[in-house]
Amino acid sequence: MEEMIRAENLVYEYGPVGDGRHAALRGISLAIMPGEFVAIIGHNGSGKSTLAKHFNALLVPTSGTVKVKGMKTSDPRNLWKIRQTVGMVFQNPDNQIVATTVEEDVAFGPENLGVPPAEIRRRVREALECVDMVEYMRHAPHLLSGGQKQRVAIAGVVAMRPECIVLDEPTAMLDPSGRREVMRTITRLNREEGITVVLITHFMNEAVQADRVIVMEGGRIVLDGSPRKVFGQVDTLRALHLDVPQVTELAYELNREGAELPPDILTVEEFADAIIGVSDRGVNDRSHKTEEGRARTADACGTTARGRGRSGQADCHGRAAAASCGGG
Amino acid sequence: MFGNITIGQYIPGDSLVHRLDPRVKIFITLVVITVLFLVHTMAGYGLVLLFILGAMLLAHLPVKFVLRGVRPLLFILVLTFGLHLFMNEGRVLFRLGPLVATYEGAFRGFAMSMRLVLLVLATSILTLSTSPIELTDGIENILSPTRALGVPAHELAMMMTIALRFIPTLLEETDKIMKAQMARGADFQTGNVLQKAKSLVPLLVPLFVSAFRRADELAMAMEARCYRGGQGRTRMKQLHVGAKDVLAAIGSTAALIAVAVYL
Amino acid sequence: MPIKVESLCYTYNPGTPFARTALEDINLEINDGEFVGIIGETGSGKSTLIQHFNGLLRPTRGRVLVDGVDIWQKDVRLKDIRQKVGLVFQYPEHQLFEETVFADVAFGPRNMGLDEDEIGMRVRRALEMVGLDFEAVKARSPFELSGGEMRRVAIAGVLAMEPSVLVLDEPVSGLDPRGRDELLEELTRLHRKFEYTVVLVSHSMEDVARLAKRLVVMHRGRVVADGPVREVFRMTDLLRETGLGVPQVTELMHELARRGKDVRTDILTVEEAKVELLRLLRGEGRVR
Repeated sequence: MEEMIRAENLVYEYGPVGDGRHAALRGISLAIMPGEFVAIIGHNGSGKSTLAKHFNALLVPTSGTVKVKGMKTSDPRNLWKIRQTVGMVFQNPDNQIVATTVEEDVAFGPENLGVPPAEIRRRVREALECVDMVEYMRHAPHLLSGGQKQRVAIAGVVAMRPECIVLDEPTAMLDPSGRREVMRTITRLNREEGITVVLITHFMNEAVQADRVIVMEGGRIVLDGSPRKVFGQVDTLRALHLDVPQVTELAYELNREGAELPPDILTVEEFADAIIGVSDRGVNDRSHKTEEGRARTADACGTTARGRGRSGQADCHGRAAAASCGGG
Repeated sequence: MFGNITIGQYIPGDSLVHRLDPRVKIFITLVVITVLFLVHTMAGYGLVLLFILGAMLLAHLPVKFVLRGVRPLLFILVLTFGLHLFMNEGRVLFRLGPLVATYEGAFRGFAMSMRLVLLVLATSILTLSTSPIELTDGIENILSPTRALGVPAHELAMMMTIALRFIPTLLEETDKIMKAQMARGADFQTGNVLQKAKSLVPLLVPLFVSAFRRADELAMAMEARCYRGGQGRTRMKQLHVGAKDVLAAIGSTAALIAVAVYL
Repeated sequence: MPIKVESLCYTYNPGTPFARTALEDINLEINDGEFVGIIGETGSGKSTLIQHFNGLLRPTRGRVLVDGVDIWQKDVRLKDIRQKVGLVFQYPEHQLFEETVFADVAFGPRNMGLDEDEIGMRVRRALEMVGLDFEAVKARSPFELSGGEMRRVAIAGVLAMEPSVLVLDEPVSGLDPRGRDELLEELTRLHRKFEYTVVLVSHSMEDVARLAKRLVVMHRGRVVADGPVREVFRMTDLLRETGLGVPQVTELMHELARRGKDVRTDILTVEEAKVELLRLLRGEGRVR
């Protein structure tokens, strides 16, 4: 399978040449496969946003390369094809909505691509259906809630039929229900439409919903693996002052006192199972069990976690539904 | 704080006036304005007023709300009326010290004020019944033949769209920063002109900083969505002049020209 | 400096097609030395409510009493009220405007008409209160500081007026986990050491659970719950209805109780959960 995004020895420096030069990225190499859901976490200033902007050629490397489906981002001839392939959603919902009505804004991208009017209309409708905002089609964006604005922004990208969406802290300015709305939309796009998702976030409960978590610090990748593997490293994350889901932290604390709980607990359900002692169920069953508990835990605030091992990936990307929206 | 500005606001609706092609509405508004400068009789102003009231009713706009848009003009109206009242020669109405008010002055003053009021009402109806985006599309479309002459029609329209999109956001922001500074004891109301101007610094600096940040982020977001100017760009909404548009344009123009010619 | 709100109603743009009721019949009292959390979703009216505390908004109906005095009486100077009740808006760094940190923090005290010596002292004190090094930052431009530092400077700008009540609207939103933890610690310290009355508006249940002692829950312009944090967190159904939910550890304890374990459900933090679960596991002989 062809890689969606590949970065090799990516270095990015800014500021005047000489002493004032800062390195935001100090040699990043990674590959993101089609259909993956990758979360990138790290502090402000760790370089995660800078990295994201390299994925659709808003920034180009000082040295090293970034390729999107084999196309080098440093080649200006690839620019528009890359930006159509990799869509981007930003943090502040107010500063990325261009038009004065929802439908006009969603149409903005396809209009730039020169899509015929009738086709734009169809795509706008599909994209709004995708994010569940059809009934707001003719609304003025400034009257929408933060979560709704962000969904409009996502629809604006979906209408361009990208294969990958990069979201740069899309929930940072939202309240809990806005965050849930956006996360539901993102996971749906990934699972039902097969769109590759790169999510940059401060919220660990969002990161645990991904297939893969990348932790950045000082312009470098310090951890990269499944949420279970990454969040299991409570010591490292604490040293970096990053959050861990509350139940993961609790299990870690109890294990230090001598309890023998699995170290990679991510959800309330898993924790409860471990305490109740479901020995007959075995570890493999756990991911299925959490699906049931999801409806309930999804309503818990802040630290909601959603357990999903990488084993479940194959059937999450059924492309059958892709025809209905965005997949083209 | 900014609740009583009527111009530039849009009241969504589905009336006949709302559904007219924006270019037709712009055209009729221009005709109304021209006619306002041609008529010179009370009856003429009366008929134009009737026409405007009719349009207001047809558009299902709340009359009181529209009329309130005239309020910010009150000072200018009084000034215009006063100047004309005392600055004209003719039959004496009354004397106020060295100033002489005349009948002719009163009539001219009233006519000028009326003109201003009707001008504001006509444009308010246009903006209240036409969504900003339709308005911009209309203007872009009307200007597009001039592109050959070097008029950047698309860029102008895009600038207008973005301005319209960000007016509510920036008003909200102004309100917020003003309150935040008031919470630190700032006073925007009292003092002489110089003090008042100085008191605006804590408001204007943050506002500019924020506007630049927004502009920066918006530019990046637009670029990320493949925006590269008007070339090769299509539009979702195509403007279309139908039978009702033609009828409205011909009917209104004929009526208004009749008013201008005969009164 | 208690704040009392009586039958407060507030409508935005009254008498226009855009009229919207934001607050309906609010009754609330904030007493000296309290640390109160006000939680609710965006649009629940919490930000509108706190703007009544220092007279930035005038009630459509009802009264606001600060120190027993109706702040909308004729002889009350609102400037005095705003000095007593310090209000820090959301993203307060957006209000910075001066060339130096010193000048910006001095804006409030200067508006109070204090002399230069007093202003200098207060600026120093305020910057130290928020954990910044006075000598290091005083001459710098606030715009070249990091996001977290800018926010501290903005908060110091309110503290320099030496209010007796400090009201903060979403003080940690947009900060990363480290910035958030540091700022929340500073707030706790302010409350403990300087005995500030603190009102913290937030939609993060974890933050509120850690800090506040009393919780006011707002939903659609009304107060739907008001009481000690523990009691309010027991009303899980109500919290879910208002779109807020409870911290994950609280959720966990409810889940364990539902599955028949004898555990307390009024747990708010990881620390408390650890103590409670150790008790349970020791009882079952799974931990020595």
